[in-house]
Amino acid sequence: MTRELTDSELLELYRQMALIRRFEEKSAELYAEGKIGGFLHLYIGEEAIAVGACKALGQQDHLLTAYRDHGWAIARGLDAGQVMAELLGKATGVSGGKGGSMHLASAAHHYWGGHAIVGGHLPLATGVGLAIRYNAGAEAVLCVLGEGTTNIGYFHESLNLAALWKLPVVFLVENNQYGMGTEVGRASSLTNIYEKGCAYGIENQQFNGQDVAEVYQAMSGALDYARREGPVLLEAITYRYVGHSMGDPERYRTREEIEQWRERDPLCRVEDKMNAEGAASVELFANIQAEVAAEVDEIVAFAENSSEPEDVALWEHIYVNPIGDRRAEA
Amino acid sequence: MARMSVREAISQALREEMYRDERVFIMGEEIGKWGGTYAVTRGFLDEFGEKRVRDTPIAESVIVGAAIGAAIAGLRPVAELMTINFAFLALDQIVNHAAKMHYMFNGQIKVPLVIRTVGGGGRQLGATHSQTPDVIFAHFPGLKVVAPGTPADAKGLLKAAIRDEDPVFFIEHATLYQAKGEVPDDEDFLVPIGVSDVKRAGGDVTIVSYSKMLQVALEAAEKLAGEGIQAEVVDLRTLRPLDIGPVIDSVKKTNRVVVVEEGWRSFGVGAEVASRVAELAFDYLDAPVRRVAQAEVPLPYNQRLEQLALPQTADVINAVKDVLYLK
Repeated sequence: MTRELTDSELLELYRQMALIRRFEEKSAELYAEGKIGGFLHLYIGEEAIAVGACKALGQQDHLLTAYRDHGWAIARGLDAGQVMAELLGKATGVSGGKGGSMHLASAAHHYWGGHAIVGGHLPLATGVGLAIRYNAGAEAVLCVLGEGTTNIGYFHESLNLAALWKLPVVFLVENNQYGMGTEVGRASSLTNIYEKGCAYGIENQQFNGQDVAEVYQAMSGALDYARREGPVLLEAITYRYVGHSMGDPERYRTREEIEQWRERDPLCRVEDKMNAEGAASVELFANIQAEVAAEVDEIVAFAENSSEPEDVALWEHIYVNPIGDRRAEA
Repeated sequence: MARMSVREAISQALREEMYRDERVFIMGEEIGKWGGTYAVTRGFLDEFGEKRVRDTPIAESVIVGAAIGAAIAGLRPVAELMTINFAFLALDQIVNHAAKMHYMFNGQIKVPLVIRTVGGGGRQLGATHSQTPDVIFAHFPGLKVVAPGTPADAKGLLKAAIRDEDPVFFIEHATLYQAKGEVPDDEDFLVPIGVSDVKRAGGDVTIVSYSKMLQVALEAAEKLAGEGIQAEVVDLRTLRPLDIGPVIDSVKKTNRVVVVEEGWRSFGVGAEVASRVAELAFDYLDAPVRRVAQAEVPLPYNQRLEQLALPQTADVINAVKDVLYLK
C-alpha cells in the first residue's frame, strides 16, 4: 500500500542509487579498456526509477525490462558482482556470460530478462500477467520500456490485450527524452506519453522520475491497482546524462541541456532534502559514496578474477530436451 | 486403433492433453466461438470454458508473445496462428524470443510452448495465403519444427510437442485435414520429435519427404511399383532437429535419392538433405541427388497455373526415373 518512506528507507534507496551510478561509471571505464564488448547502455541519470520502483515491487512480483538494464538488475536484488561478471562475459555472470549487458536475467528474482529487441518484451509481460490471472495469483508484472517503444506495434497490441483481459501489468515508460538520438517530439505524435493509455481505457499517470520517493509512491499505487483491476500505463520523466550507448557522438543535444537536467539529479535531490530537514549530513552522504566506491571495487575484482565460460558452454541450453547428436545439428 | 482424419487426430491430441494437464490451454484467432477456421477446436469452448480456450484479437505478435510469457511463467500454452503466412507478423517473437531465451539466459528460463499453424498451397488462395515457408522456421537453433504427414503422426507428435519443455513450431497442411489413417487409441501414444520414419520400404531408390508431399511421394511410389521400381519413402516428420540417419541408411542401400518438398527449391529441405547426403554418404551415390519442389514463383490464383507450380506425382516419378537413368 502507498505510504511515506522513512528516513532510513530513503537513505537505503540513496545508497542503491549511488551504487548503480558508481557501477555504471566503472562499466564505462572497463568498456574503454576493452574489457566489456558489444553494446553498453548506461543508466546514469535515471537511477531513481529502478530503485524507487523495485522498492514497491513485491518479492513474488515479476519484472521485465529493455536493454538499459544494469540498474534494474541491481535494484531488483541481483548480485552486482554477477551482473558485472556478465558484462565481462564471465562464467559467473547472471547469464553465464552468454547474454551480455543487454540480456541480464534471474529466474530466482522473477526477473525475466533484459530484452534487446525494442518492444519485444511487452507481449511477454502481457503473457506473464495472463499466467497470474490463469492461476488466480496475487502477483503483478512490471514491464519497463523507453518512450520510443510506445511507437511500435508491440506496444499497442500488448496494451489492448492487457486491457481486454484485465491483466495485472504495470507498463512503466522511462521517458528519457530521446530514442537513441531522436527526441520524443520527432518520433511520437503525442509527447505526453501517458495519454496513450486513454486509447485503450487504461489508467495512466505521469510523474517525476528524478524523485525516488515519488517513483515509489506512483509504483505502489499502480501495482495495487493492477493487482485489483488491470493494467496501468505510467510515464516517468527522466534523462540520461551519457550517450545512448558507448561511442554515441551526441550531436543531437547541447551541453547546456545536459547541465539543466543535472540540476534535477536524483541523488542530489535526496541529499538536499535530507540535509535541509536535518535528517542527514554532508558527511553521511560522503561516507555512503566512499562505501559504495569500495563496494564497486570489490565487484569489479570479483568479475575480473572470474573464469571465462568453458568451450562446452557453447553447446549448453540450446534445448531443455536436446534431441539427436550435435554433429548432425551443427 | 481407430480410423480418423488428420483433423480429428489433432483435435483428439489437444483434448487429451487439456484433460491430462490443467496448465495446457489454447489461444488464437477464432478458435473458440467459431470453432477454429479448420474446425479443429470445434466444441472446445463449451467443453473447457473461456479460461482455457481463449479467442484473441487479430494480433499475431502478441498472440505468440503472450503465449511465450505464459510459458516462462509456468503454463503450457498452445498458440494457434491461423496460417503460416501470418506467422511472419510474429517472426520476431518466434526467433528472437521463443528460440533464444533458454540459451541466452543460460538455462534459467524455459519456454514450453507449442505454436500450431497451417501451411501449404493448392486451394486457389493466391500468393500471400498459399506458402510453404517451413525452412525459414527450421533455420533457427532453439526451435523444434515439426510437420506431420499422417493422422497418427499428427496426433503423436502434437502430444509430444505439448509435453516437450522447448518451443515447438507445429506445421499442419491445409489440404491434409481430410486425409484418413489408423491412429492408436492409447492416451499416452507419443511420436518422438526428431525421429525420421521409413513409411515404405524399397531397394531401388530413396524418396525423402514430409507433410503433404509425403502423400504425393507415397502415391508416386505405388505407381512406380507397378513398373517394377521399388521406392523407399523416408518421412522426415521433424525438420529441426533433423534426423538424417534413416535417410543415410536408406541411401546406402539404394544409392539414389529424390527429395520432394512443397516449398521453393532454393535454400530448401532438398538442399539441406542433399548436402548431408553428400557429406555422409557421397561414395554410395550412383546419381546426383534430385530435388522436386515448387516452381520459384509466387503462387498464382488460376487453378491450372497453381497446379503447374506445385509438385505433382508425375514430377516425382520423372525424378525417380532420372536418378535411375531410365529416360
